[in-house]
Amino acid sequence: MTDLPVLEATGLGKRYRRKWALRDCSLALPKGRVAALVGPNGAGKTTLLHLAVGLLSPSEGTVRSTGATAFLAQDKPLYRGFTVAETLKFGRLLNPTWDDAYAHDRVAALGLPLDAKAGTLSGGQQAQVALTLGLAKRPDLLVLDEPLANLDPLARHEVMRGLMEAVAETGLTVLLSSHVMSDLRDTCDWLVVLNGGRVQVSGDIDELIAGHRLLTGPAEDADALARRVEVVDRSGSRRQVSLLARTGPIPLGPQWTERPVDLEELVLAYLRRPDAASLPRPTLATA
Amino acid sequence: MIAFHLDRGSGVATYLQLVQQVKHALRLGTLEPGDRLPTAKEVVAELAINPNTVLKAYRELEREGLVTAKPGVGTFVQRSLGGASFAEHARLRKALNGWIADARAAGLDQGDVEALVASVVLDAFRHGERTA
Repeated sequence: MTDLPVLEATGLGKRYRRKWALRDCSLALPKGRVAALVGPNGAGKTTLLHLAVGLLSPSEGTVRSTGATAFLAQDKPLYRGFTVAETLKFGRLLNPTWDDAYAHDRVAALGLPLDAKAGTLSGGQQAQVALTLGLAKRPDLLVLDEPLANLDPLARHEVMRGLMEAVAETGLTVLLSSHVMSDLRDTCDWLVVLNGGRVQVSGDIDELIAGHRLLTGPAEDADALARRVEVVDRSGSRRQVSLLARTGPIPLGPQWTERPVDLEELVLAYLRRPDAASLPRPTLATA
Repeated sequence: MIAFHLDRGSGVATYLQLVQQVKHALRLGTLEPGDRLPTAKEVVAELAINPNTVLKAYRELEREGLVTAKPGVGTFVQRSLGGASFAEHARLRKALNGWIADARAAGLDQGDVEALVASVVLDAFRHGERTA
């Protein structure tokens, strides 16, 4: 597993007039990963995605990707007056790497009528046509900006399933932004948390989950414990506190309990504490 | 072939759920040596999960010597699990059924039974470790 990262950003920043939308962003996305980019509105997610695919140029730092990249912008950008067949033809004419057989097989397997105008399709069907456009380019890296926005739960599930099948078939690397954490739990294996234009977390999801615990106990002992472990977020009352800490299982006093955290708790804890960070220690070992 | 399912509220990592389901099937004899496990793509089509999760589960099973991966062919069960024969399994299951009926007659519901069994299992095997 010594493949070069498919996407690598170093000290990446983007400034609009005086305001920095993204600052000091360094991350490396390994090949074959499905990465979730999460963060509040205005965190710089779209800016980062646009920089990653070359739609924007950096104000500082660098970003590079190896191999071919496909990008799906927000709101399923289809020409509403085009039929499905015309949409695929359009894709074929614009993309030298287009796999027309794959595109038609996928559309047929989904039961999408070739003669239907894109504008008459349901939101879920439009998302599938847009995803087909991205996948049929046969990219090494597929970047999707909020592919699940405005879809009902069933359509979200179907879109993610299509994406996962493509990953299983081709070993494609995926970077997608989303608001809905529940759709990401089973489908993504890499997490990037962006907050206020800075990368707070970037890493393997299983390792992140294994590397954090929720410790609960009496408030008077909390400060002593906080000196032993790296506390990301602290909540609770004057008597009892919960510490979401960056630690494996540790021995605790009898009045303390500990449990693993789930992905959503982990993300929320970091978002509440913009100063906390969990990034790979030897950042970007590019030898 | 084994059909995987997911308990999304369990808090158990997805790859571990797959590992546990294979082990469970090996213990019950529903999976036997030589059986092929579904490909990552087949599992993904069924559960809409990340294929790397399936591969991670299979790597773990391979590390434990339970399955072998034959590149380009599939992943196959290498050995079964469980100390007892199927006849003994059947005998123990029957005895356990009798005990469950007894527990229900005594007024225990499913939660009570599960808590009691879990507690006895924990005690028995903890004790076993100490004396071993």
